[in-house]
Amino acid sequence: MRPPLGRVLLVAVPFAWLAAFFLFPFLIVLKLSLSETALAQPPFLPIVEWVEEAGDLYLAIRLRVQNYLTLLSDGLYLAAFTSSLRIAATATALALLVAFPIALGMARCRAEIRPFLLLAVMLPFWTSFLIRVYAWMGILKDDGLLNAFLLGLGLIAEPLVLLDTEAAVLIGIVYSYLPFMILPIYANLEKHDPSLLEAAIDLGCRPVRAFWRVTVPLARPGILAGCFLVFIPAVGEFVVPDLLGGADTLMIGRTLWLEFFSNRDWPLASAVAILMLLVLVVPIVLFQRQQALERLR
Amino acid sequence: MRRGPGPLDLAALTLGFAFLYLPIVILVVWSFNASKLVTVWGGFSLRWYASVFANEQLLDAAWVSLRLAFVSATAALLLGTMAGLVLVRIQRFPGRALFTGMVLAPLVMPEVVTGLSLLLLFVSLDVPRGFWTVAIAHTTFATCYVAVVVQARLLTFDAALEEAAMDLGAPPLRAFLLVTLPLIAPSLIGGWLLAFALSLDDLVIASFTTGPGATTLPMRIYSQARLGVSPEINAVCTILVGLVTLVVVAVSIAQKHRLARERAARGRHGECP
Repeated sequence: MRPPLGRVLLVAVPFAWLAAFFLFPFLIVLKLSLSETALAQPPFLPIVEWVEEAGDLYLAIRLRVQNYLTLLSDGLYLAAFTSSLRIAATATALALLVAFPIALGMARCRAEIRPFLLLAVMLPFWTSFLIRVYAWMGILKDDGLLNAFLLGLGLIAEPLVLLDTEAAVLIGIVYSYLPFMILPIYANLEKHDPSLLEAAIDLGCRPVRAFWRVTVPLARPGILAGCFLVFIPAVGEFVVPDLLGGADTLMIGRTLWLEFFSNRDWPLASAVAILMLLVLVVPIVLFQRQQALERLR
Repeated sequence: MRRGPGPLDLAALTLGFAFLYLPIVILVVWSFNASKLVTVWGGFSLRWYASVFANEQLLDAAWVSLRLAFVSATAALLLGTMAGLVLVRIQRFPGRALFTGMVLAPLVMPEVVTGLSLLLLFVSLDVPRGFWTVAIAHTTFATCYVAVVVQARLLTFDAALEEAAMDLGAPPLRAFLLVTLPLIAPSLIGGWLLAFALSLDDLVIASFTTGPGATTLPMRIYSQARLGVSPEINAVCTILVGLVTLVVVAVSIAQKHRLARERAARGRHGECP
């Protein structure tokens, strides 16, 4: 039986769009990551060419592996990869530490107040990411507000260097991705049955212990979702390291940007993109599997 | 979680919301500072707002961004609703796993990678870059967000309502347009707004895919922010934050009223929820 036309169109239209503008472009990135840079417009050479040699016609395919070899042998690129992973992991852990008490506090509030708290968490998420990162520039710079505040209190004798440090990048990532951590944890905690905690306490469990033995294990899916949602985009983050991290903070998203816009080395930038995807494919697959499990439950 | 918030919870909430809001509040307050210095309060002034509205580059960029957000949110609403319907309603077709992957992957894809890949597509097709290439790029990632919103709504939607309409003789498309669509409309509005906000906010993907004559507002803000904090940018940001807050609060109040009305209507008819 042939499926009705409406159904076919319903699948085909978004399928074709995503295939054309999401999947296919990746194949081009893959192709370009194996081509040679050239002083031309666009700045790379084709990998497939018709070549005539001694009267014979050849279809020559030249795959330039050097882009990948450069990435793997040059310490700077490797350092960018490892420090991206380190910064993203640290920021994820910090975000969890900040977000969990907030989510717990929200879940313990009365049901009438909760929608307002939820709105209050969502609002910064709706406001521009760029603006939120930019706001920290004014706070963290040498003659910025935080230094003025600390100097005024007499806690420090001279201004601290805060902007253009890794600490600033961590603050920026934790700050801008915090709603992504709070929301899934809150959504999970809100559904907990309070009688479970009461039962644990009735059976003689102390509240702190009950928290670790009951609340935290139950909240695991929310915690995992939040961690993935912060970690994965943080690895490839560009805006935060560029505006808050200064020239010395190596992060792979910024490396890609610089290779592309400053050095105009499109093949190398593509190779960076492919390696970044390879690094991220494990957490992305784990995340999708975890989401699928959640939906089954 | 009925215990009620203890003092520790209240402390966590106070500190947490202070952390979330203080930087934005500082930015807003400082946009009214007459002095150019970030640490010196020179009295209340609207001079930076005057200079924003006299800055034609900024206004042009804002106009580009608004048109871009409108076009791509509308296209993404259409495509995303279709994709969401497919995810929930059509369980079997060749390539379903690929389809699901393509809808979910852009949500976690690093922006630099998405931007680079789309730029290379446009270059290899020899398409002149500008407004429409950015619009295509924004439509693509916003489609995925809309699809997820619509999918979530349809999963809790009672398909029996649409089936009843079809049993009574409505063709599937008509049943969908007359029964399902009005019921999921609030999610569609939410999805459109999300797509609009995402497009308005995007710096990275637009920087890769744009061309001459299509500089967006985030690109202007970014290039000025790189040179350091400026009160004029504070003023632009304050205007944006104010608009977004207004829309988000208005929409959530409207949705709350709708829910209350529906609940009241159900109560009158004595139906079960």
